[in-house]
Amino acid sequence: MEILVCVKQVPDTAEVKIDPVKHTVIRAGVPNIFNPFDQNALEAALQMKDADKDVKITLLSMGPDQAKDVLREGLAMGADDAYLLSDRKLGGSDTLATGYALAQAIKKIAADKGIEQFDIILCGKQAIDGDTAQVGPQIACELGIPQITYARDIKVEGNKVTVQQENEEGYIVTEANFPVLITAVKDLNEPRFPTIRGTMKAKRREIPNLDAAAVAADDAQIGLSGSPTKVRKIFTPPQRSGGLVLKVEDDNEQAIVDQIMEKLVAQKII
Amino acid sequence: MDLAEYKGIYVIAEQFEGKLRDVSFELLGQARILADTIGDEVGAILIGKDVKPLAQELIAHGAHKVFVYDDPQLEHYNTTAYAKVICDFFHEEKPNVFLVGATNIGRDLGPRVANSLKTGLTADCTQLGVDDDKKTIVWTRPALGGNIMAEIICPDNRPQMGTVRPHVFKKPEADPSATGEVIEKKANLSDADFMTKFVELIKLGGEGVKIEDADVIVAGGRGMNGEEPFKTGILKECADVLGGAVGASRAAVDAGWIDALHQVGQTGKTVGPKIYIACAISGAIQHLAGMTGSDCIIAINKDEDAPIFKVCDYGIVGDVFKVLPLLTEAIKKQKGIA
Repeated sequence: MEILVCVKQVPDTAEVKIDPVKHTVIRAGVPNIFNPFDQNALEAALQMKDADKDVKITLLSMGPDQAKDVLREGLAMGADDAYLLSDRKLGGSDTLATGYALAQAIKKIAADKGIEQFDIILCGKQAIDGDTAQVGPQIACELGIPQITYARDIKVEGNKVTVQQENEEGYIVTEANFPVLITAVKDLNEPRFPTIRGTMKAKRREIPNLDAAAVAADDAQIGLSGSPTKVRKIFTPPQRSGGLVLKVEDDNEQAIVDQIMEKLVAQKII
Repeated sequence: MDLAEYKGIYVIAEQFEGKLRDVSFELLGQARILADTIGDEVGAILIGKDVKPLAQELIAHGAHKVFVYDDPQLEHYNTTAYAKVICDFFHEEKPNVFLVGATNIGRDLGPRVANSLKTGLTADCTQLGVDDDKKTIVWTRPALGGNIMAEIICPDNRPQMGTVRPHVFKKPEADPSATGEVIEKKANLSDADFMTKFVELIKLGGEGVKIEDADVIVAGGRGMNGEEPFKTGILKECADVLGGAVGASRAAVDAGWIDALHQVGQTGKTVGPKIYIACAISGAIQHLAGMTGSDCIIAINKDEDAPIFKVCDYGIVGDVFKVLPLLTEAIKKQKGIA
């Protein structure tokens, strides 16, 4: 079984701060991390490999050269192969252009491996920087294969997957045959840590670079010019102004609660 | 593409077990505002089995036209089949805009449709407007974990598409006397259009009111120190007294104290209840992105510098384990509950 996992290097959005004076994003010093949901996607693939040693896992990322850090981390966790799709021409790609470029890369990698297509493609449900949750479905649509999003449980039997999808009401159980693209949520599993031996080995691995030409990507469908959406403006969100804040002192909780309660009742909130 | 040919702001209505989701109505309210600004009309697309009776509800909430695909094959949501129906609709009716609820289903369907039609899709919008040209929709969404807002446009492709977060916009008042056109359409589907198979829905019952539907949310964060306050303890007690739901920050969900379905924030749910009580939640921007639309925010936290106090209407700097039970008691007294 051939599995491909799409991974992304993202800024740790929990560490991003806003300049209080200029209201701009301070990205300096913000660590780049392995997108958490992509780690769940990889862990799912690794568990399939644990159960069946004939499973091969290929990683693919699109981004600048430094994105190789997450590919190495993925190799250290146990993936077999990794490719980086990297080209200046890809800069500014929206989700449609990104989905197209990644799908082209997936076709190219499959061809190089001498397989018709990957049996399972796994992605995180979304990347924490953009939070769009679109690229997985866009890849599936480009490849003409089914997608099953928000997976919290995946069972593989022969060439069939049975997936529990998170939904507002609970879980939807969905089945599909290979090839299929699945996106992972956090509840799917607990990603393993890379082993020391794996990390040492991954350090020495050459990770092939694929550029737009190598994956036969049409220039008109990538980058800014290939993106139907344009960013018109970026701004920092307006702050809600703070209200009445009272501090407990000398165990006066009751007095403070009474004071707040009085306001809530007066304003008919309670 | 001759952009002038494309007309109509269409809401892709979402129903579940014969009941329309609130987000569909919220979108109709926004569609009406956009349509009035650009001089266009509001439509809705309704897909499912035995869904025709729901069309009138969509009209009452602002749709001029409702296109209904009522077909037993479409009883359960199916990504590729629903996407095919919507793409066929686009080619036949040439709509200008598709508004989709940013529910799990909407976020699954939206990109599949956008990719098939090679158009742009803006995810998880929290604000909608129109550009100076009076034609292009301006989609505003949070990015980078809610640290920034981005305005996105899709000027040269049709349809212009966006998913919109539920509970960000208020549901418009229904006007039962409103009239509109109901158009029955036939879905043109073959077996090959159903690429996945629905097996069953496992409903999660017994966990009380869902946070996205709750008028009151009592949410706990890292400082709750365990699952007990969420399951039976002080958060649950307060939520029960107010007829509300228990919510949680990512830290509490990550700690395993409560299920991810209760998570409020950028990677969780966006909520806009009448009352949001944030307990031992510091108020990271990711959390704020999911709850600052609440009508009244009450914060309880030990740390007086916690960012939550900058956005709350009422704040108490103190120990939540002492303060919240007193607040619950006071509410009980006020409501006349013994």
